[in-house]
Amino acid sequence: MSIAASANLTAMVGKAWKKPPFIKKPWLRWGLLILSVVYLVLAISSVEVDWSRVYIGLERGARFVTAFANPDFSSQWENISEGMYESIVMTVASSVVGIAISIPIGLGAARNIAPAPVYFVCRGIISISRALQEFVIAILLVAIFGFGPFAGFVTLSFATIGFLSKLLAEEIEAMDPIQGEAVKATGARWWQWINYGVQPQFMPRLIGLSIYRVDINFRESAILGLVGAGGIGATLATSFDRYDYDTSAAILLMIIGIVMVLEYVSGFVRGKVQ
Amino acid sequence: MVTTKKSGGDTYVWQRRTNGQYMVRWFGWLIGVMIFMWAWNYISGATTWFYVKDAPRVTADIFSRATPPKWEYIYQLGGPIWDTINIATLGTIIALFLAIPVAFLAATNTTPQVPIHPVLARIMPSPMRKLLLTKTGENNYTMALFRPIALLVIVSTRSINSLIWALLLVAIIGPGVFAGIMAISIRSIGFCAKLLYESIEEINVIQVEAVTATGAGKLQTLVYGIVPQILPTLAGVAVFRWDINIRESTILGYVGAGGIGLWLQSSMNILAWSQVSLILLVILVAVVVGEWVSAKVRGAII
Repeated sequence: MSIAASANLTAMVGKAWKKPPFIKKPWLRWGLLILSVVYLVLAISSVEVDWSRVYIGLERGARFVTAFANPDFSSQWENISEGMYESIVMTVASSVVGIAISIPIGLGAARNIAPAPVYFVCRGIISISRALQEFVIAILLVAIFGFGPFAGFVTLSFATIGFLSKLLAEEIEAMDPIQGEAVKATGARWWQWINYGVQPQFMPRLIGLSIYRVDINFRESAILGLVGAGGIGATLATSFDRYDYDTSAAILLMIIGIVMVLEYVSGFVRGKVQ
Repeated sequence: MVTTKKSGGDTYVWQRRTNGQYMVRWFGWLIGVMIFMWAWNYISGATTWFYVKDAPRVTADIFSRATPPKWEYIYQLGGPIWDTINIATLGTIIALFLAIPVAFLAATNTTPQVPIHPVLARIMPSPMRKLLLTKTGENNYTMALFRPIALLVIVSTRSINSLIWALLLVAIIGPGVFAGIMAISIRSIGFCAKLLYESIEEINVIQVEAVTATGAGKLQTLVYGIVPQILPTLAGVAVFRWDINIRESTILGYVGAGGIGLWLQSSMNILAWSQVSLILLVILVAVVVGEWVSAKVRGAII
């Protein structure tokens, strides 16, 4: 032990231990603290809360919570089942189309496979799709295609492409090139190289991500109805507007149930393929 | 997997799978295609194809109305942008305060264990026993009473979109920024608590034992043995969720929960496309800046 360190130790003996500060520089620590306090004060003071309105609302909130003990599936069953059916159909169709399109785009967005022009086009598509939220795309597409599940279907497909292609491209860029070279060395053409050298390497991840995306698509399809893009969202919004909380509770329970089943299935499948 | 097959005479050809495996796969694809056709059939039936065919013209029309964006409208958007940032930030802070206890209750190694009577333990059905009970002695059992409740909170808040929470809260406590903050924070509880409790379950036990060995009480073990280990995860999760919340808070106003979405909706309603395009640009900038800040901060922490 050096002399300086031992001198340090003797200086510390007999003193109570203090937790070292999280940020070492004192001016930075205090500066950040003061800034955050100022921000919080400004932010909280700019939030207007009508407490009397909240107080009235608490009774409704309690009614909503108790509705979960007594969900009403039957009285609006026709609307619920139609909305759920539409949500599921949109989920299935958009997942299939989205996955099918995102495979070539994912291949194109992998720098070790695609030539530069293809790479930039594919990366561009991915960035656009990721920067826009599903909800905003749905608003625009409803204006373009009119009300109905077609707008929702296109929205979800487009969002799937951004999500899946990006992760797929990253997986392909991280793959082992030796396997591909071995296939090439047998005299394989480009297609055969992709099919036998590249595809087996990203397939487990693709399957896992696809199932995860089905899960996300279902969750998103539940809100697209708010802007008229089809699905259970419209029924849910109507039931909220009419303070028909027993029906809302029934729909929310169904959504939670389906999401839980999908999560369980996706965990199971991912465990199998990886 | 790999098999050979006689084709015609005595030559062998390599193929990837056996004939049986090919058949199974072929049937799988057939069923998949049938399910897709059924889904497509429904969507196609519910679509007015005239509008879809007319879409290019409508798109061009909207685009010509939306460009150039009405730049001077930006002066009216200052307040809504401030509200949007507040919804995301305050919502994230409240969510973290609520998520931390939930995470400690959900993690198997920190959830409180309540001793229960052995007879009660014996009559419990076996899947419940596996989930809840720990055997601590010959005839002693403890039960993780709060764990299922915490897991239920995580699942239910996570599976419902913040927009739906906003819709509900607007109906309950009235429209405004407050409903947005609550919606964001409720939606984030499950997300933050899930990532946190997974990190709590992965902590290094030796550090905890070292702190316990100094004679630390339960709370001291928590503060000095467990919390320092999960602090990086906590900070990472907070920033990551804040980034997502900026994204989500930009649209909450669409259902009346405050922020810039409210202005988006009113501009859409009066078909002021040049205002809509400006708002969409602002949202895009907010999302990109949020992502950039979050990436920088996470880089600094981790």
